[in-house]
Parts: sequence; C-alpha cells; structure tokens
Amino acid sequence: MAERVAIIGLGQTEHCYVRPDVNHEEMINEAVRKALEDAELSIREVDAVIIANMDLFEGHYLADGMCVDGAGMYLKAGFKMNTGGTCGGTAVATGWHHVASGLFGTVLVIGWQKQDAASSIAALLTAREPLYDRGMAAGAVGIFATMGLRYMQETGCQEEHAALARVIMADNARRNHHAHLKPELTVKQVLDSRVLVWPVRFLHMSPTSCGACALILGNERRAKRAAKKPVWIKDLETVHRENAVWRGGCVEPKPTITAIEVAASRLYKRNGITKPAKDIDVWELYTPSSWALFPWMELLFICEKGEAWRLVEKEAIRIENEIPIEPSGGVVSTNPIGASGMIRVVEAALQLRGEAGEHQVSKKAETAITTAWGSANWVVMFYLSNRF
Amino acid sequence: MRRKVGIVGVYQTKFERKPEQHVQDLVFEAVKGVLEKTGLEFSEDGNGIDGTVSCSQDHWDGWTISSKNVVDAAGGHLRSEEKVAEDGAYALYYAVLCILGGHYDCILVVAHTKESQVDGRLIENAGLEPLYSRMLGLDFTSCAALQARQYMEAYGVTEEQCAQVVVKNRRNAMDNPYAQESMILTVEDVLSSAVLSDPIKILDAKPVSDGACALILAEEGKAKRWTEKPIWVEGLGCCYDRHYLGYRDLTDPLSLKEAAKKSYSMAGITIPHKEIDLVELSEFYSYQELLWSEGLGLCDPGGGGRLLEQKQIPINRSGGLLSGVPVNVAGLNRAVEASLQLRGETGKRQVEGAKTAVIHGTGGVCGQMHCVITIRRGF
Repeated sequence: MAERVAIIGLGQTEHCYVRPDVNHEEMINEAVRKALEDAELSIREVDAVIIANMDLFEGHYLADGMCVDGAGMYLKAGFKMNTGGTCGGTAVATGWHHVASGLFGTVLVIGWQKQDAASSIAALLTAREPLYDRGMAAGAVGIFATMGLRYMQETGCQEEHAALARVIMADNARRNHHAHLKPELTVKQVLDSRVLVWPVRFLHMSPTSCGACALILGNERRAKRAAKKPVWIKDLETVHRENAVWRGGCVEPKPTITAIEVAASRLYKRNGITKPAKDIDVWELYTPSSWALFPWMELLFICEKGEAWRLVEKEAIRIENEIPIEPSGGVVSTNPIGASGMIRVVEAALQLRGEAGEHQVSKKAETAITTAWGSANWVVMFYLSNRF
Repeated sequence: MRRKVGIVGVYQTKFERKPEQHVQDLVFEAVKGVLEKTGLEFSEDGNGIDGTVSCSQDHWDGWTISSKNVVDAAGGHLRSEEKVAEDGAYALYYAVLCILGGHYDCILVVAHTKESQVDGRLIENAGLEPLYSRMLGLDFTSCAALQARQYMEAYGVTEEQCAQVVVKNRRNAMDNPYAQESMILTVEDVLSSAVLSDPIKILDAKPVSDGACALILAEEGKAKRWTEKPIWVEGLGCCYDRHYLGYRDLTDPLSLKEAAKKSYSMAGITIPHKEIDLVELSEFYSYQELLWSEGLGLCDPGGGGRLLEQKQIPINRSGGLLSGVPVNVAGLNRAVEASLQLRGETGKRQVEGAKTAVIHGTGGVCGQMHCVITIRRGF
C-alpha cells in the first residue's frame, strides 16, 4: 500500500423518522460541518468527496449532483457509490483507496438517506430479479425470517433470545444520543409486538431513519497533524455474491459458504487475527434485524457454530462485558441506509478514541471490526486499530 | 514509488437497440469477451482478476441496487465488486486508484445501460433538484438547449458549426462496426431535422442505444506480462460543478477545466493541443463537442468551432456518442475506443501514430461533473 489511512474526523446527524425541517442537502451539511469541526479542518483542505446513497429510495437520479453545495464538493474531485445497504461501507472503502493511492491527502466520505422523502419499501420491491424472485422475496424482512427460522431449527435458540438481543440493543441505544430508536424495552414487549414474517416481529426490524454521516480520512502526514487521536483503518475486504434466491443468493446461513465467512477469513488471515473474540475489542456489525446477530456472530468466527445465542443469553455482548457488540445500539436502532455502513466505522472509531461517552465500552478498546451489509447478503468489512 | 497501471484488454458490444437482450446478457457478453481476448480469469492467487468495479444506474435499470442485477455476470460472486453510480469513465478512474493503493493488482471494469427499456426523459427529470427545478418539467435536453443557446450567443458559434459535428461523427461511425447509427449527412439534413428543444434538433442529440463495455486493468508488472501492447493510465482528474443552472456560467465548463488540469499535470502535459494525439469525448449533444474541446484546453474559449474546421486533433474518430452509445457506458466506451486506437487495432478508423490519448466522461445536467483520463501507448 502506498499510504496508510487514518480516520481524522467524524460526524453524524441526530437520526430520526422525519426531517421536515431540512432537504437532503441541508441534512448532509449538518454531518459535514460536524466532521470538519471534529477534525479542525476547513472544507478547503479536503481534496475529494465521496457520496453514498441508494438512489431509488428518494427517487433522485444523480443525487450527488444535487448536494454539491451542502456537501462541500464544489470544484472538488469525487463521485457517488451505490451498492445497496453496503454503500456506506463501500464509500469508506472508496475513500480508503483514494488515500492509499497516494494521490489524495484528505478525503471526505458522506453517507446519507432521507427516508421521509419517499417509500423505501416501494423501492426495495425492485431489488429482486423480476422474472423469478420479485414476487416472492421483496424487502429485507423475508431474508431475516428464513435466517431466524433456520437458526432456531438448527441450534435450539428460542424467540426469547432474539428478543433479548433486541433489548440489549435498545439499552445501548439509550446511551447514544445519535441513535434513532431509544425505547425502554423488555423481552416480553418484543415478544408481544406483531409478527411481520414469523419469527421476525415488528420490534426485530430496523426503523426507516433519516440521517447523514461524514467521515474524514487522511494520509500519514495529515494524521500526524490531526486534531484528535487518529484511528487507522488497517485493512478492508469487500465480498459480494450472486442475487438469485433460487440459487441460494439470499438464503443464509445455508446452503453454501457465505460472503461474511469469506470476507472474515481473508481479513483475519492477512492481519494475523487468530482468536477474533479475544483479538478484537469492539464489534460494530450491520444487523438490520436482531435475528441476524446470531448467524453473523458465528460467520465472523466470534464463537463456534450454534453458540451465539448462548453468548447473548449470558449477555456477553453488553457494553460492560467481554465481547461488546454494537455498543451504539446498532442498525436495528438506527438505519439511514446509505449512512448505516459508515456509522459502524464512525462508532468504532469513537470507541477506539475513547470518546463514545455513555456508551464507551468498559474494556480497553484498541481494535475493532465493522461490517456493512446489504443486497444479497453482501458485506464490506473493516479492521480498525489504534496502533499505527 | 507510485505504481503504474496499464490497460490490458478491452471489449465492447455492438451498440443498438437490443429488445431481445436482458441487461445481464449485455454484461455477460462484455465480460466474456474481455476474458477471452486477454485469456485472463478471476483468481484468488494473484494470477488473474482480483476485483470488479461495475458502473450502472438504478434508475436506468429500474432496479434498486443495479449491480445486484449483474453481480454474477461481472464476476462478483464471493468476490469483490463495487459499483460506481456515475459515468463509466469514473469507474475506470476508481479502478486505477484501487490498484495504485495496492489492495488490488488487477481489476475488471464493466459498464452497461439498456436505454431502450425506459423513458430517459423521466429519469433526467429526476436528475434535477426536486424543490425548484424538477417540477418545471425540465429534462437534460431542455437544459442543454439553454446551455447551447447561451454558448452560441456568447461566442458567435453557429448552428451550422454544431451540425458539422454531427456530420463528422456520423461519417466517422461508418468506419466503426460497433457504432449504432452511421450515415453520410449534410449540414442541411441536420438543420432541417425535427426540433427537440431549440436549438437542439433530433440529429444534434444522441440516439437511444443499448450496450456494454468491459476493460481490464493491471499493475505494471502484470500488465507487461499479460499483454504485448500495454496502455498506461498516466493522468486522472475529475471534478464537480454546481447543480443549479442559475449558479453557473453555462458557457464556462469550470469543472471540466479543473479535471483536465489535474489529469494533464499528472501526465506531464503542458500544451494539450500539441501533446495530445487523439481525443474521445462524451458529447450528448453536438454543441458539447465544441464546448468540451474548449474545456479540455484544446483551444481558447469560443474556439471550438474553429478547432473543428481546422481538423488539427482527431476528436471522436469512433463516431462519438452521436453515433449511439448509452449513458453510463459512454465514458468507458471512450476508454475502449482510445485504447484500441493506441493499440493500433481500429482498422479503418485508425489514427496513425497516436501515442497519447485523452478520455472524457461526464454526468449530470449540462455537464455538471467531468472526468478526464490521459493514457499513453506503452510499447
């Protein structure tokens, strides 16, 4: 790699259901200003700007073009990435390659979604192959229903465990002022919420949030002069997979090897991570449903196959405990889709800086793994560290 | 020490309306084509392609996450695939950065669009900011007409000069077997064709077209091993202008100038019109070829018409967009054509002795964002 890449500034809006007070450009501007303030930089010092957004959700074609002024892109290099739910992560990867290439010293990466502007579900209906798949598996709920059902059948996990995972997320979210849903929840309340597609209940799914997130990446020279302690993005891995449901594209954890397993294996191997649960201090995973947490913990090799629900039962994933997962409250609490993958990176960086405030993990945080998830179980993974 | 990145192989489909082909077929044909041409395969062990950068737009595909549509055809199954939601030139630009950064050694770039399956005017209308501009009913053609008129008024460029661009490009397309529409036209034919949005006539605009392009990039060592005719990517630049037409001087393509400046300075080009042998640019409308030549620094502001008449630099020897290349594919197709030229593989449309070429892609209303890539023959 030509240049090491550091996170030198970060910012996000307060996420919520509706933002009638701003248009998307103004919303983005809030996050950009916060990130610049955090980095103590002027927009003039930014060399390139990368945007992540799912175009059809708001119905804007070339939405990046419409937010040039608010995003600070005027007469700057940059472009838009869109890979679905992963796009926040993909945009961070794009920024990473910009800095690593040695051609750009400081890159601003922005992810956003303003889901009050249109119907996300209407757009998601078009996310499947039109001839065979579109009629049977639109949207994300069905994916998590197959995932949850399969997981219960194979491991002995009960609905109560997924509900407990959701309660832990809510407890975390209440300590994070940026989070969207911050309810006081009990396992019973989750189990009493209405069924969407069994076993996925209303409270198991992420909300349709409005929000933006901005991240400033810098090269080594820039990181040395950074206002805050730089957090290094040591490595990254993107793995996609085919889409067709009838060939197993969206059905996990079986029948074939999953993108998350492939990505995790490659990333761990390159970075000498042999015991992920010990080597990694904080996890910010993109789990849009609490049901996804179990299979993904296992696919990321945090524990043995079939054991994740036991770790949740022991509440090992809480902020105070040994394997803190999603201390921010996760995607199930906050989901401005184009930003969600990036918020994982931002939240992990806050933890490694020791600046997460009320939701700072109890253990000493020096390394973190984040994922962005989307489309047909695609994943973008990042390995963050305090160490140069 | 910075790495060097080379174009190893290229492929383009025939451009035409393809009602019998699914978008996935277009991508599959392009990817298969470039794999066969180069003999390369997807690989984990560093002996082949280790990443894909795709380019398409959800709106044109009518498909949320349009890369999902083509991920398997583009070699993305259990592999890295990232979609640039911008013109195809940006996908090439990004793939070069990915290799320069060292994470990848060899990347497949693929772009597709099937324009014939949707009403492009509705999509372009959605490409305008929603509160003030969209409800006026504007599309990119009506906005381009404003730009064309303003440009003509400012510099005395005539409709005849714009028509000459059409005559030249459609004539050039006769030498290009991949081009959609080629014919011998007269200036009079163009001037008397139906008006879309004054002063833009139907022949001044790019026809509706379907197709795909694919290209393989590799770092220096591998590029040299895999091809006898490497083309080096030596300059990169891209830039955004403002969105609102009222905020811009439409006769001054600021973002193009900036992108060209970056690209040329990286490639060590100081006098563009002397050092560049060949230009493939993205002219969605005839006047844009003149205006973009000015932005690319090939002549002074207002000199686009004269540059065309003097025929100093071969611009769009392929026939350009006016002969029919789909949006998004446009920029990558410029790269494919320019690479084939430098490789000396373009047959009747060959520009003899071409060593340095400039690739231009653009997106947004009235050329809001531009991408300029400079390539050189490496053999």
